[in-house]
Amino acid sequence: MNRFLDFIEGLGAGITGKLDRLGRGAMFFAALLRILLPTFKRFHENIRQVYFAGVRSLAIIVVSGLFVGMVLAIQGYEVLQRFGSAESLGSLVALSLVRELGPVVAALLFAGRAGSAVTAEIGLMAATEQLAAMDLMAVDPMARVVAPRFVAAIISLPILALIFSSAGIIGAYLVGVELIGIDAGAFWSQMQSSVDFKLDILNGLYKAIVFGVAVGLISVYEGYHANPTAEGVSSATTRTVVISSLSVLILDFVMTVLMFRGLN
Amino acid sequence: MTRSRTNLAVGFFVALGMAAVVFMALKVGNLASFDNGAGYRLEARFDNIGGLKVRAPVKSAGVVVGRIEAIFLDGETYEGVVQLRIRPEFRFTSDTIAAILTSGLLGEQYLSLEAGGDPRYLIEGDRITKTQSAMVLEKMIGQFLYSKASESSGDRK
Repeated sequence: MNRFLDFIEGLGAGITGKLDRLGRGAMFFAALLRILLPTFKRFHENIRQVYFAGVRSLAIIVVSGLFVGMVLAIQGYEVLQRFGSAESLGSLVALSLVRELGPVVAALLFAGRAGSAVTAEIGLMAATEQLAAMDLMAVDPMARVVAPRFVAAIISLPILALIFSSAGIIGAYLVGVELIGIDAGAFWSQMQSSVDFKLDILNGLYKAIVFGVAVGLISVYEGYHANPTAEGVSSATTRTVVISSLSVLILDFVMTVLMFRGLN
Repeated sequence: MTRSRTNLAVGFFVALGMAAVVFMALKVGNLASFDNGAGYRLEARFDNIGGLKVRAPVKSAGVVVGRIEAIFLDGETYEGVVQLRIRPEFRFTSDTIAAILTSGLLGEQYLSLEAGGDPRYLIEGDRITKTQSAMVLEKMIGQFLYSKASESSGDRK
């Protein structure tokens, strides 16, 4: 009986702990939103963070995009040519990249490349008491350190997702048209007739913006609330990547259901 | 100076993003080839629309002249009502025939318009009266089998 009660108590503690963290996260988000507009006055800091988060992620995004597009072209061609419709390769690749793969894979890579770096940086600043020192000098670390990195994620990720999709389509063109020999005109015209600007491209962009908010929030939150030890910072960095990836995938499912359900 | 180099890199990054948007809009998407909202709207009623979908092309002589805007069922006559938007530069006579055809054997279905010789032209909100429903493969096979069966029973006599 006692062990049963222990189990129930453990379950309750686990759930209240999770709820507690969720509530802290929501309050952190609200506090962040309150100081978001004034941070745009310090525009240079925002640009510096866009440089670190966005520009430095450009190489991995372009290369991954190219390779994802090339692999999609090869595998898509394998299946499509069985039905004698290899020309539809353009629309297959473009739709899967623009709607799903572009925003999602870019967000996953961004969480690993930039989100983890932001968490480690803020966590280390907290561990070395730089944030506390700022507070003493009446400089709000939320406005000075946290908000610019959050804004940078929201600005960078949609741009990176667009570049990822473009690179993927170019990769698919290289493999499909130049290597396999699908007709170039059919490749592009099939793509244009099936991809809608509002429905596909803009919805993909909205997804990327939401992912930017999610990844940015999780990275700065984990960094700000990391235990001020080497171990604490390292586990916070891991948590950023794991939680960001999971939230991106779950959010993607929810948004896909809302955007594309009942399309035809 | 590091700050200007950062600005340069970020500017380059944003420009690349804009280039990606332009690439998406013009080369990948159909923003350039069809502008939503421009043109006039027509209506056509069919006994059976087959697999016609919203946003399917409207073609005349094989050239795209517009898009399907909406498809719904008239609850009183049980006809499928198709609303289409035609680009303003194309005008069609009031005896135009609208037919639902399939591109290729298994391709997508589209609406074909064939202009007649009437001097009057269709304008915004008009209805195309001469329509030809979509071919339904099962019905065609059924008719074929039926005619084959009556043919062979006629042979026996």
